[in-house]
Amino acid sequence: MAEAEESSGELETATPRPLFAGLSDISISQDIPIEGEITIPMQGRARELDRSTLNESVRHTIMRDLKAVGKKFMHVLYPRRSNVLLRDWDLWGPLILCVTLALMLQKGSVDGEKDGGPQFAEVFVIVWFGAVTITLNSKLLGGNISFFQSLCVLGYCILPLTVAMLICRLVLLAGQGPINFMIRLFVVVVMFIWSVVASTAFLADSHPPNRKALAVYPVFLFYFVISWMILTFTP
Amino acid sequence: MAAADVLAFHEFEEATTLLAETPDAATTSQRDALTSREHVAVAVGSGYGAPEVEDEGDKTALLQEEKPQPRFWTFDYYQSFFDVDTSQVLDRIKGSLLPHPGYNFVRHHLRNRPDLYGPFWICATLAFVLAVTGNLTLVLAQRRDSSIHYSPQFHKVTVAGITIYCYAWLVPLALWGFLRWRQGTREHMELYTFLETVCVYGYSLSVFVPTVILWLIPVEWLQWLFGALALALSAAGLVFTLWPVVREDTRLVAAALLSIVVLLHALLALGCKLYFFQPLPLEHVIPAPQATPLSPSILPPTSARSMTTL
Repeated sequence: MAEAEESSGELETATPRPLFAGLSDISISQDIPIEGEITIPMQGRARELDRSTLNESVRHTIMRDLKAVGKKFMHVLYPRRSNVLLRDWDLWGPLILCVTLALMLQKGSVDGEKDGGPQFAEVFVIVWFGAVTITLNSKLLGGNISFFQSLCVLGYCILPLTVAMLICRLVLLAGQGPINFMIRLFVVVVMFIWSVVASTAFLADSHPPNRKALAVYPVFLFYFVISWMILTFTP
Repeated sequence: MAAADVLAFHEFEEATTLLAETPDAATTSQRDALTSREHVAVAVGSGYGAPEVEDEGDKTALLQEEKPQPRFWTFDYYQSFFDVDTSQVLDRIKGSLLPHPGYNFVRHHLRNRPDLYGPFWICATLAFVLAVTGNLTLVLAQRRDSSIHYSPQFHKVTVAGITIYCYAWLVPLALWGFLRWRQGTREHMELYTFLETVCVYGYSLSVFVPTVILWLIPVEWLQWLFGALALALSAAGLVFTLWPVVREDTRLVAAALLSIVVLLHALLALGCKLYFFQPLPLEHVIPAPQATPLSPSILPPTSARSMTTL
């Protein structure tokens, strides 16, 4: 390196020589030390990677997933423009909600009537095929949201309606009557509006403004049908 | 000057020669990009068929040269059928609600860009609205006459869905097939593509959605009046759209085809009215367990349920 410096010093003081003329005098192996270690000095991360999730306790795994689902429930109950649901989507929440709703909506079939309420399979099919159809519709209209993100959002936004179903079942325990019906109607309408507002808060930005209504209308229809199933439930 | 000729409006004589040369110029299809795509309709008097000259030749030719047509197994192929804006869909619905003679839905509103959004979601809306209002009439009937037993009747959703979708997709298929078969004998018929036929039928069902909601009013003659009105509007839209295609055929075939179209539409409306909104008292009798005195514990709750309203 000393020779290189000397030669560059010569370049400045002496008469103009061609550039990089002194470089040919330098031999790489002796003059420029290129030894060393090429390891990444990040001890902390190496320690983390060692401990993969395969070795953790089952309780820890379940709690982690449950906490993620619970966090998303909070985001649905207090909707504001955030992309938590979109960033880390998961389908556990929609599955839990759909199974709960279908179990509660199922008629006990004590009467043995043919025309009763929806069966478990019917509710399941309506929720999942409805969500898939709306997602396909959204993608065909040119929305820039992925398939599973959209399914995740639609599934999580059923939470208000599941809460409405719980309230309706509790209210129905007190017997039936017009006041009873008014309370249930009010609760279902409020929860329906909440569901639609929550899902549009998440899905609104994925479409250009001249097609937003086209993408939101099927969501409205979907939650309307689920609300109708909840409202007409008779034990 | 040749380029300027292509860009300029064509006079009528040139238009008729062009139409004679390229008989399939009126339809969109995935043909060669370089065939001229002037889209011309020639008026015959002041009757049906509005005189309009649209010069889309160079625009569509440019678009086709830029990107190759997507194949039917790719996603982009189906995306091209959802290339509509909110205002366009609303405009098409308005156009189907108010038909009048000389007002071809396909030419005026679709303009060779049929979409699948309208037919699909209008059919879904109609199916769900039918099931929901049918159930609501049962509720309202029970309030008036508490011997009627209320039940959610969820299977009607399935029935409604299957009926509406089969009608809105299979009947246009049959119609399109029949028109193509008839085209074989005549060369100068302008034809609609399958999607345009589906669009016409799908958007013509949109007038039934408010009608079904109005059928909640329990006045019998008013229900029949609304039904007749909706059927007239819907069938008129279909007839005015199909007339330019069919009038070049023999009178017998034209008359038979149009009357079959109107008849099928009337059957659909009638079937929906009778199945979903039928007057109830004789059907929903209180079920059997009520009658047997063997299970007294079941007796009071069921009677209470059927006597009180929802």
